[in-house]
Amino acid sequence: MNAPVKIETTLKDWETDQEVRWCPGCGDYAILKAVQRTLPQLGCDPSNTCFISGIGCSSRFPYYIESYGFHTIHGRAPAVATGVKLANPDLDVWLVTGDGDGLSIGGNHLMHVLRRNVNMQIMLFNNEIYGLTKGQYSPTSRPGTTSPSTPAGSIDRPTEPCAFALGAGARFVARGFDVSKKLPEVLKAAHAHKGAAFIEIFQNCIVYNKDVFNEFAAPKGAEDQQLWLEDGEPMLFAKGEKGITLNHNTLRLEVVDVVDGDWEAAKVIRHDVTNRAVAHMLVELPFGEFPKALGVLYDDPRPAFEEQVVEENRRLSEGKEPDLAALLAKGQTWSVEG
Amino acid sequence: MASQVAETRSDLSQQDAVVVRFAGDSGDGMQLTGGQFTLSTALAGNDLATFPDFPAEIRAPQGTLFGVSAFQINFGAREVDTAGDAPDVLVAMNPAALKVNLPALKPGGLVIVDTGEFSKRNLDKAKYDVSPLEDDTLAKFDVLKLDISAMTVEAVKPFGLGNKDALRCKNMWTLGLALWMFDRERGPLQDWLRTKFKNKPDIADANIAALDAGHAYGETAELAGPLRQVHLDPVPTAPGLYRTVTGAEAVSLGLVAGARLLQLPMFFGGYPITPASAILHHLAKLKEFNVTTFQAEDEIAAICAAIGASYAGSLGVTSSSGPGIALKGEAMGLGIMTELPLVIVNSQRGGPSTGLPTKTEQSDLYQAVYGRNGDAPMPVIAARSPSDAFECAIEACRIAVEYMTPVMLLTDGYIANASEPWLVPDPESYESTPVAFLQEKNAKNAEGDDELLPYKRNAKGARPWIKPGTPGLMHRIGGIEKAVDTGHIDYSPDNHQAMTDARMNKIANIAVADQNVCVGEAGGKLAVVGWGSTYGPVHQAVTRSRKKDLDVSHIHVRNIWPMPANLGDLLKSYDHVLVPEMNTGQFKTLLRDQFLVDATPLTKTSGQPFAIAELEEAIGKYFDGIPDNEGGQVEVNDDQLPSPLGDDA
Repeated sequence: MNAPVKIETTLKDWETDQEVRWCPGCGDYAILKAVQRTLPQLGCDPSNTCFISGIGCSSRFPYYIESYGFHTIHGRAPAVATGVKLANPDLDVWLVTGDGDGLSIGGNHLMHVLRRNVNMQIMLFNNEIYGLTKGQYSPTSRPGTTSPSTPAGSIDRPTEPCAFALGAGARFVARGFDVSKKLPEVLKAAHAHKGAAFIEIFQNCIVYNKDVFNEFAAPKGAEDQQLWLEDGEPMLFAKGEKGITLNHNTLRLEVVDVVDGDWEAAKVIRHDVTNRAVAHMLVELPFGEFPKALGVLYDDPRPAFEEQVVEENRRLSEGKEPDLAALLAKGQTWSVEG
Repeated sequence: MASQVAETRSDLSQQDAVVVRFAGDSGDGMQLTGGQFTLSTALAGNDLATFPDFPAEIRAPQGTLFGVSAFQINFGAREVDTAGDAPDVLVAMNPAALKVNLPALKPGGLVIVDTGEFSKRNLDKAKYDVSPLEDDTLAKFDVLKLDISAMTVEAVKPFGLGNKDALRCKNMWTLGLALWMFDRERGPLQDWLRTKFKNKPDIADANIAALDAGHAYGETAELAGPLRQVHLDPVPTAPGLYRTVTGAEAVSLGLVAGARLLQLPMFFGGYPITPASAILHHLAKLKEFNVTTFQAEDEIAAICAAIGASYAGSLGVTSSSGPGIALKGEAMGLGIMTELPLVIVNSQRGGPSTGLPTKTEQSDLYQAVYGRNGDAPMPVIAARSPSDAFECAIEACRIAVEYMTPVMLLTDGYIANASEPWLVPDPESYESTPVAFLQEKNAKNAEGDDELLPYKRNAKGARPWIKPGTPGLMHRIGGIEKAVDTGHIDYSPDNHQAMTDARMNKIANIAVADQNVCVGEAGGKLAVVGWGSTYGPVHQAVTRSRKKDLDVSHIHVRNIWPMPANLGDLLKSYDHVLVPEMNTGQFKTLLRDQFLVDATPLTKTSGQPFAIAELEEAIGKYFDGIPDNEGGQVEVNDDQLPSPLGDDA
């Protein structure tokens, strides 16, 4: 596999001539801009970049990025992307999916692309609703969500996307939200990770599920409810006045007050992106009692699937001539004389 | 009785072809016995066709009726097209195998039974109240009762195997006897056993001892009883190098050859399903031919990954059987909409739903031709035999790339598992047509600047193949309706009309070879029109009927969609058209629809291939119904016909 060549581009180079068809005010616009801003900073080459999506509002994304794009079918983008990477491991693949596309109809494929660890960035736009089909509740909707299909409120328990990803074997799990200024940093970390990098992006559906994330993801004023994690740094939030500690008796995380910035005295723990057990706790922290864990929650690479496949194909081909005539005549043969 | 037996003996040694069926418990190694007997038959230069018939259960309870596994081979000193109708010889390794297979045996045929397995317990499992060896169950047949179990245990005694391992050599004892019966060399078998058990020389020696003992038994027992050696001369065939090939092997080899002729890497996405898995297994061993195999999480992922690979510049291939093909339907539409090459192999089995996983049927024809949402035309090619599957796979690859379209290749459980001798083709004799990916923009815009039009069509209606990674050719594709030329999202009425027409015309105008007449001539009283694996029995039945001076011809259609341009006129040149198929009349409907011909169905859905005799009878009935063979009301097979034929004669 060739090392990617870094090239110089600007945000403009990543814009297409296509009319963007999301609702005015949709969180998707902010995510699009964040991605278009990040790609030049990463030195990405539009000719070598491929955005692959499923079906839903989020999955229109490839049409608006000036690169190669494949808008596939509902839920199947991870499978298509796996084929793309196996056929050409050098392509820089970004997968775009949503909570319905990725966790409902395509849950199986999402699980397997993570388990196999195919090298790509997987952006799951979570708006806790089906937007494109006009507002039905989704597998991440909170219980009691009223929608056209659940007029009396939804009953089933939602799934937690990052817990799903970890459970499926993901080696990189991160969170961000649409209007966050830190989203590009999260995207960059995902891009730097070799293997399947899963990013849950909370996205505000202003038509069918407006402001459901406002408690931690409002454009302004929700900062105290954000726990931005950085490798090696103490888990602090609310301007450093609160932190997260591990209760050694209960083996549970707890919120503690930090007095005068002395987080060590408060036994606040440092974030270790390779600590899988803590990552499981972070993604499951009940919001309200805890802040929302954001940023890179887990990052511990393993060899990427497509590299291993390429390597195995090479090893199994070693010293073997691809002689078709010999292949056809393989096995026990006999000759009939003329 | 006595005369029947005498008749049988003289019959077998004077026949120019013999049908043998090996039947036993699924743990008895009957498929392996049959496979090795097939190889020795091929090495002896006889023509042959085989039919493995095994249960869906991997380890069905021992001795039960549903655990019976059988392997039938028809071989002869003349051309052989089918696995044969009724066996001349039945080898039954236990009571259940006898019970299940006896009804098929030709009256007066030879039954060889292992009496060592006819215990009370096994008789109970086979639901025999009285041992069939002791009442008149076998009165119509010639019976050879041998305690194969005991003789095998005795033969392998020197190797110190436990009783269970010793009995495992029973199939080799039986094979030894069969080799003697048909005057075959043991050498290749002994070599094969030594290679197979090269790390367990004791087991190899024990198996060889059992093989030799069975052979020796034949020699010494010839003097008395019904056993007599039969020799079949080699068939005069085209000179060249031969091997045996199953349909699954031939499809795999054809795909490899097809991709190489196009100078493309091949990507194969599959998911385990009977009887299609064999293709995945074969290709997984051929990495040096630039083949990547991928066992996906499900059927949908298998085809979607193949589409992704095609998009990225490989030849994407997926394979399945009926239920799996149903799951792939939506993705086929994506392949059709995005106009990417893709080969989909459907090894048909009995349906609907899970149906008959290990049995054969041709009932996915509607699914292949029509089974997608929207107007989603797709070429369909049907292989008629294992060796033909090689040619069909090459054609499928070529059409997929030349016309930028998914193509479905139909085989079935019979073709996939059956083997036949194959004149090994010379790869040099096929035309290589390397693919040209688009490297630069292919149009000029109004200002005269270079412009990329991903959906600009060539003379064949195909769009360019553009690999992601190509500098400067960034574009977006997807399953949503695309604008003519640009491929942008476009739902407008005129555009959808134009694109629907373009997709339809592209497929309709695919150049396929003119339809020939396999046996007989263009025009006449009756055409028997087949497709797929009915080739063998139809070919034989028509040939035999013509020897009786019946005016009947055989047409066998490979290109199911689009059909050969001359097919309509050809069919109309006969008074009647009879369409035998292993479904309830699907190809018949297609022919009626496409050409307004009064095609009559002859259908069978028993999970078993047509017997030659069934077809011969149907043809005969057609002519019996015609006074002086001049035409008139025709009765084919009343209980199989939904409606009488029109009075057109």
